[in-house]
Amino acid sequence: MSQVATPKASRTVTLKVLRGIGSDLTETRYDSFEVPREEGMVVLNAIHYIQANLDPSLSARWNCKAAKCGSCSAEINGKPRLMCKTRVDSIEGEITVEPMKAFPRLRDLVTDVTENWKVAAMIPAFTPRVAPGQEWRFYQRDVDRSREFRRCIECFLCQDVCHVVREHKADYIGPRWVVKAASLDMHPMDGLNRSQFMKNEGGLGYCDITKCCQEVCPEHIVITDDAIIPEKERVVDRHYDPLVWLYRKIPKSHNQVEADAKKALKVVFWGTLLAPLILVPLYYLAVSVLG
Amino acid sequence: MDCLRESVCAFKDPRKQMNITGERIKVIMATNGVGVAWWVRDLWSSDSRMDEPETLDRAYSQKTCEVLIIGAGGAGLRAAIESKDKGADTLIVCKTLLGKAHTVMAEGGIAAALGDVDAQDNWQVHFSDTIVEGQYLSNWRMAEIFAKEAIDRVYELEQYGALFDRTKEGKISQRPFGAHTYRRLCHIGDRTGLELIRTLQDQVIKRSIPFMDEVAVTKVFTDPKTRRASGAIGIDIKSGRLILFRARAVVMATGGCGRVYQVTSNSYESTGDGIAMAYRAGAELMDMEMIQFHPTGMIYPAGVRGILVTEAVRGEGGILTNAQGERFMSKYDPKRMELSARDVVARAIYSEIVAGRGTKNGAVYLDVSHRGAAYIKNKLPSMYDQFLEFAGIDITKEKMEVAPTVHYQMGGIRVNPETGESSIKGLYAAGEVACGLHGGNRLGGNSLSDILVFGRRTGAAAADAAVGIDLPAISEPDIEKEIDRILSPFSPGGGTNPFLLKEEIAKNMWKHVGIVRNEKDLEAGLEEVERMRGVAATVRAKGRRTYNQSWLDALQVWDMLLGCEAIIRSALERKESRGAHARSDHPGKDEKWLVNIITVEKGGEMTHELKPVEKLPAELEALIKKD
Repeated sequence: MSQVATPKASRTVTLKVLRGIGSDLTETRYDSFEVPREEGMVVLNAIHYIQANLDPSLSARWNCKAAKCGSCSAEINGKPRLMCKTRVDSIEGEITVEPMKAFPRLRDLVTDVTENWKVAAMIPAFTPRVAPGQEWRFYQRDVDRSREFRRCIECFLCQDVCHVVREHKADYIGPRWVVKAASLDMHPMDGLNRSQFMKNEGGLGYCDITKCCQEVCPEHIVITDDAIIPEKERVVDRHYDPLVWLYRKIPKSHNQVEADAKKALKVVFWGTLLAPLILVPLYYLAVSVLG
Repeated sequence: MDCLRESVCAFKDPRKQMNITGERIKVIMATNGVGVAWWVRDLWSSDSRMDEPETLDRAYSQKTCEVLIIGAGGAGLRAAIESKDKGADTLIVCKTLLGKAHTVMAEGGIAAALGDVDAQDNWQVHFSDTIVEGQYLSNWRMAEIFAKEAIDRVYELEQYGALFDRTKEGKISQRPFGAHTYRRLCHIGDRTGLELIRTLQDQVIKRSIPFMDEVAVTKVFTDPKTRRASGAIGIDIKSGRLILFRARAVVMATGGCGRVYQVTSNSYESTGDGIAMAYRAGAELMDMEMIQFHPTGMIYPAGVRGILVTEAVRGEGGILTNAQGERFMSKYDPKRMELSARDVVARAIYSEIVAGRGTKNGAVYLDVSHRGAAYIKNKLPSMYDQFLEFAGIDITKEKMEVAPTVHYQMGGIRVNPETGESSIKGLYAAGEVACGLHGGNRLGGNSLSDILVFGRRTGAAAADAAVGIDLPAISEPDIEKEIDRILSPFSPGGGTNPFLLKEEIAKNMWKHVGIVRNEKDLEAGLEEVERMRGVAATVRAKGRRTYNQSWLDALQVWDMLLGCEAIIRSALERKESRGAHARSDHPGKDEKWLVNIITVEKGGEMTHELKPVEKLPAELEALIKKD
């Protein structure tokens, strides 16, 4: 560390990095490094400086260094962030860098995120609602509904911050994967309904909407408000609305006469249910107006 | 990955005989004359480790497949999809996490002559643009296939689930880009690559194609008798253990080598491993001197220097000015201005900066603020974020500072235009690592359609080739030799830091083999490469093998140095200025250099051959638009 002997605090920054030690790297300790500041430097620059000048045995996963690939996720001063997108000058004093806590640690700042691929495989894939081959026509407003979710760079910081994922990994797929489901559900040409999956295997009910995930998203996806809550609403509409539940109990038929009869039955059914909803307020309105 | 555990032999000496049957491994060890047969289910556990230091453990596990795909960018994933759909047992191996490949960084769009916005557009015009701007070095057949098939590949991608921006009529929207005659780039804001890779990744997962991410392949083997590609060996980065892959066909989709330059828009993984491995396997490389400098990279602050500023900024009306406020492109290409070909714009910016008309940070200005905040945030959302967060600049109000950054390798493995097969049988290449389509200069957006068109073709050809042949052999001594090499950074002595050497390599290329080259600098650069080879031998890895980056980088420097040598030697060879290759000592194009420079190993030496570019057939010649 001889290169950075400058006493002025502003010239250097201290990085406290969590290291894996021992024969199987399971024990940990914090190593402190003094890194010279550079204008516009991000935490990943500091990590690279450490590797090149102070300790080549430090490991950190990274790839694009432009906040586009989502490889360099870590916890910086306890907050899940991308190392390549966190400017050193945005933090006062010492910077503590730790790996994501929701995933098994491999070495130093690197965690094993492969469990995500198992979840990815569970989500019912995009299924076009029209036969393939023909050219599709839809409009920008249709695209815009899903587009926000397609910004996801799979950094898994939302999974990391989610206390539900930490406690109930086996039951809840986590914010990233709800965003994925939402991106498919809101695709204008998708023909599947994923609410059954979200309710059961997805464990969407576990999410208690603390909105931590949308706080940490480096792509500024409003995860809870735009993806999780609408997905929850879909589940509620489909599975917990008593009217819909009753309606679904009416068996489907392929016989035309029978089908017509069923249709008539449905009209009666809806009529009976909806009539009081309309008539009762009208009655009270009339009473109040006429005195 | 669970699939890793399928066939594993963790004994320290792989030369001991192994018979692999299904999930279990029968190992017959002859120790002290006593034969011991063990049935072992899971040998990964730590107690099976011998008393040797972990770093020198020579054990390797084995995986067998029909088609081995190295690299999981757009080309690799598209090849895997096609290979799987053809019924071949396909395995994807990639160096970084799935979905993080450099394709993710592609921003502006994917070029295909759909004619959705400009109805006059068709494949013929796209073909002509590609050939003309490639400075007539492209393989005509590749360009023809490309221009024709790109259209279907875009529609197919849409049906795979990619959501393109739309026109008012509900068709796929297309934006203008440099040197494309018509508006041709289908896009998703400025995140086209992300959408492309995510869509293909979903298709791979949907088809349950097995993949192993974070496995760094270090060598491709060929059958000692037939010279056919027979497999590869690599390091499972997560565990630090070695894996041998046996395959009937190998597809290289490893991308380019931008990281050999100091200022680059490329990812960490773009270190040219693919060209190095193919070259060592005996394959021919082509046009290695053709390195594309993207005109606009970020320059300030220093910590983010090189990050790409998409051409879409200019496509959406961005204007380039020098420090004196002059719109300088009028001097270099008055007709097309900012939307000229990349080589032209990059050299123009370079000339302005060299002439002292740059900003104090050594850049020029790019301004799109006149398009209005709402429009910019909609069409260039990630550029807006990027400048705001990295540089504190609001591009809806302020100018950006930009300068050229290394972006793409037009050269690469020479391939058959129809099948993507290299000069080595059974070894295929697609995407940036392959060569032939882009000639002397790639048009923006052509790489995304390239990876789809040739990824698909290569995957299909590899799957076809893999059917009905015996598994080619890998010779034991070859494996042992490669394991020696892989483990060499752990040997005693030396001690050079690999990260520092990588920086040195990149500085050397930036200094000596930049936008404008000359013989003296190139020679100096080559000398440096030779010197650094000596240093590379003293590079050592530190610590255990688990996710050991110093180890991976210690091996990577050899690939990078090989790439550097190929680039410099080809650049010395081409004594003219054409496309991305500009020589101050040989300015101007020369008809006699309508040749492709082939790089191939002969007797341990890097040698060059000049092959005249194939003449266009008359019916295609007629399509070429002449100014």
